[in-house]
Amino acid sequence: MSFMHFIILLPFIAAIFIPFVYKKWNIHLHTGWFVIIVPLFIFINLLFQIPAISNGDTIFLSMKWIPSLGINFDIYLDGLALMFALIISGIGTLVVLYSIFYMAKEREALHNFYVYLLMFMGAMLGLVSSDNVLVLYTLWELTSVSSFLLIAYWYERKKSRSGALKSMIITVFGGLAMLAGLIMLAMITDTYSIREMIASVNLIIESPLFIPAMVLVLLGAFTKSAQFPFSIWLPDAMEAPTPVSAYLHSATMVKAGLYLLARMTPIFGGSAAWFWLVGGVGIITIFYGSIRAVRQTDLKALLAYSTISQLGLIMSLLGVGSAALYFNIGNAQEVYAVAIFAALFHLFNHSTFKGALFMVVGIIDHETGTRDIRRLGGLLTIMPVTFTIALIGSLSMAGLPPFNGFLSKEMFFTGMLHASEVNIFGLDGWTILFPIIAWIASVFTFIYCMILLLKPFLGKLQPEKLPKDNVHEAPFGMLVPPVILGSLVVLVFFFPNLLAEYILKPALVSVIPTVSTGNEVFEIHAWHGFDSIELWMTIGVIFFGLLLFFSIKKWNIAFRFFPDKLSLNNLYNATIENMEKQSASFTDRYMTGNIRHYLLYIFIFITVIMIGSLISFDAISFNFSSTGEISIYDIGILVVMVAAAMTTLLTKNRITAIVSLGAVGYLMVMLFVIFRAPDLALTQMVVETVTTVLFLLCFYHLPKLGKRLEKMKFKVTNLIISIGVGLTVTIMTLIASGHRLHVPITNFFENAYELAGAKNIVNAILVDFRGFDTMLEISVLLIAGVGVFTLIKLRPKGSENDEA
Amino acid sequence: MKPEPNDVVLHTVTKLAAVIIFTFSIDLFWAGHHFPGGGFIGGLTTAAGIVLLYLSFDIERIQTNLPIDYKKMAALGVLISVATGMGGMIYGDNFLEQAFGYFDLPVFGETELATAVLFDIGVAFAVIGTAITIITSISEDEL
Repeated sequence: MSFMHFIILLPFIAAIFIPFVYKKWNIHLHTGWFVIIVPLFIFINLLFQIPAISNGDTIFLSMKWIPSLGINFDIYLDGLALMFALIISGIGTLVVLYSIFYMAKEREALHNFYVYLLMFMGAMLGLVSSDNVLVLYTLWELTSVSSFLLIAYWYERKKSRSGALKSMIITVFGGLAMLAGLIMLAMITDTYSIREMIASVNLIIESPLFIPAMVLVLLGAFTKSAQFPFSIWLPDAMEAPTPVSAYLHSATMVKAGLYLLARMTPIFGGSAAWFWLVGGVGIITIFYGSIRAVRQTDLKALLAYSTISQLGLIMSLLGVGSAALYFNIGNAQEVYAVAIFAALFHLFNHSTFKGALFMVVGIIDHETGTRDIRRLGGLLTIMPVTFTIALIGSLSMAGLPPFNGFLSKEMFFTGMLHASEVNIFGLDGWTILFPIIAWIASVFTFIYCMILLLKPFLGKLQPEKLPKDNVHEAPFGMLVPPVILGSLVVLVFFFPNLLAEYILKPALVSVIPTVSTGNEVFEIHAWHGFDSIELWMTIGVIFFGLLLFFSIKKWNIAFRFFPDKLSLNNLYNATIENMEKQSASFTDRYMTGNIRHYLLYIFIFITVIMIGSLISFDAISFNFSSTGEISIYDIGILVVMVAAAMTTLLTKNRITAIVSLGAVGYLMVMLFVIFRAPDLALTQMVVETVTTVLFLLCFYHLPKLGKRLEKMKFKVTNLIISIGVGLTVTIMTLIASGHRLHVPITNFFENAYELAGAKNIVNAILVDFRGFDTMLEISVLLIAGVGVFTLIKLRPKGSENDEA
Repeated sequence: MKPEPNDVVLHTVTKLAAVIIFTFSIDLFWAGHHFPGGGFIGGLTTAAGIVLLYLSFDIERIQTNLPIDYKKMAALGVLISVATGMGGMIYGDNFLEQAFGYFDLPVFGETELATAVLFDIGVAFAVIGTAITIITSISEDEL
């Protein structure tokens, strides 16, 4: 275990100690102050890795976990991993700081909160730095689990629980699909290491499992990153405390899917399927998320849909950019690599402004007691600092200068315009849809950003509608993290190339290994000149956005034509409900509780399987050459026996049935005598007597009530099945006895006198040769005796009537 | 409570028959090694004799004259069988390895002694104990 392993695993280690710290010191000092050391320490340590990574170096460290299976906790730190790790630990630090002021020290179960949060942080750090796909999967699921725990943090609320459950079901569904995809990749390349998979990418491309593996991995990424149509869990996850929403559901966990896509791009990128799936789903998601966001009245739900939309944006850029791997070299490659570059840039930007916006919404919620925009208004003069941050965040999200969102939005348009020129994967004409949909979605993005910015802060304050009186600005500590994020938003706008040089370009090389980052297309400029089409697209977005925003009441009616029943949420709920109903009714149908039915299943299966396998192996052949002579006694006894058996079946009277069953037993004794088995005959005689007596005892004690001496009911199915079973057993016996494969071992036992000193072979076998069986049989006998004794003697007295 | 019936004939016949049954069952048991019979049959016939006693006399009287806890007897039987199996292990043989030999005993002359007979005693005890346990617990149950 290296120092880097220690850094990555530090959150887990710290999580162990948090409950103790909480019990001992929380009354004096908020537990968060102890927690914040962890992400800060990690962040600072990761900062020191920047120079090496930006030089093009990578760090590879191995730690053995299950070496015999090739599963090791291998850390592979390159530009992409470092960028994610910095975001995770950096925003983690700010979120912990924010939560110190957001989560009340006295009321909340802070030890739970911080343990879950640290678990999540560790899982996320490990996920992005792991080179081993199985370790990656393990931590992937750990992020799902810790997210589940965090969403249901206020577990006494029904909505929290249902939101947690929904996110769990969807992300675990995707996670399991991803596991299957990763295992396929491992099967093809015979390694669990992502780097080695990338090295043997030719094997993967030629494999027939290429498309299945891709689709399965994509399912994992789509569910985790809330892409259409798996996005429904994200708005419901907003029941979590706001620091959790800010951290998990905007900056980190939802980007795990994007990380996976970026990581897998060198493997799958360059194929048409990847381009269309990733790019197409991404573009649909932008559109879907931005249009849904406009309708929301809850600020957090609005942010959730905006996150979905923004994630779709990054996703579509990753899809479009994957075409760079098709060209592999030269100018055409760089044109598409710009899209990947834009994706990484926007990923970073989104983490900053979305984190800030969530914190702003958290402050509004914390200070006013509501997040409903219909109740809020006029907060501008009361919360000037909060407003400033909201302004920075939402204008950045809308893509306006002078904020970092403007830069990445321009690059997004550039990428989409390049996508429209793609003519490599067929369907060239259709790619024109990419920039058009992207542009429409941007208009809606602008609208909801305006709603987010203007509705709570402008207009009139309505104190009577707010749950809390005396609304005032948030405490200083609560403002620090969003202020830091907001300053980052502005700083990145003015110095984007600093970020690009040290963080983004190394990350780009991880995604497109052959790209040369020295080229000037990877310089980020705010000004492209009047002749650039992107600028006019942005101006168009602002113009139409403002136009639509001020006329929102007029066209908002249009949403009514889209009925709620058709929403994905309803589809999901109906599916879950139906699955439960169907499985319940299916189970009710065959689990009747009736033993007769279960016996029917068993016998039908025995018959079908036996006869079926006999037929399919073509095994039905009889051989009577070794059959012995049939004497007149055999026939006589058999005829009587069949008659007795039929009497048992057809009689009305139970006594008759018992007696005729006894007759069958005694006829069996006679058969044993004829076939010269005196020991068996003796035993059978005594045992038959005892069982008949016991039967009579049972008969004597039958309850008086409902005792009817009626004939057994006749059922055709029962008849068919019993005949079927009888035929099966008869046929099997005849076939088996006609085909002896080996010489019987009877000859050995005939030496009983020499070997065991016994002239009675049967007894010698029972007590000597196979004494072990006898020993266990008498144990069975003892157990049966003790069983009868306990059933009768230790029965609770007087409760017979209740049980009956 | 009904007055006790005066079954003189039954009692007398039972006393005679019981002796014959026990003798027969012991014979079946001993003969088991060379002729039909053995622990299982011997045990069952012994049990049958005891049941006959139970049928003609009442349970309490048999219990005082034949003070045996049949559950313990069954357990003892299984224990004996397992113990004879362990005996072979002491001499370094496998579990349940039986041994036999011919000895010149003072009264019986040359006699075959086999550890298998000890094992069979265990079987017989287990059978007698279990059979009587089942029958007495069912018959003592008041319904």
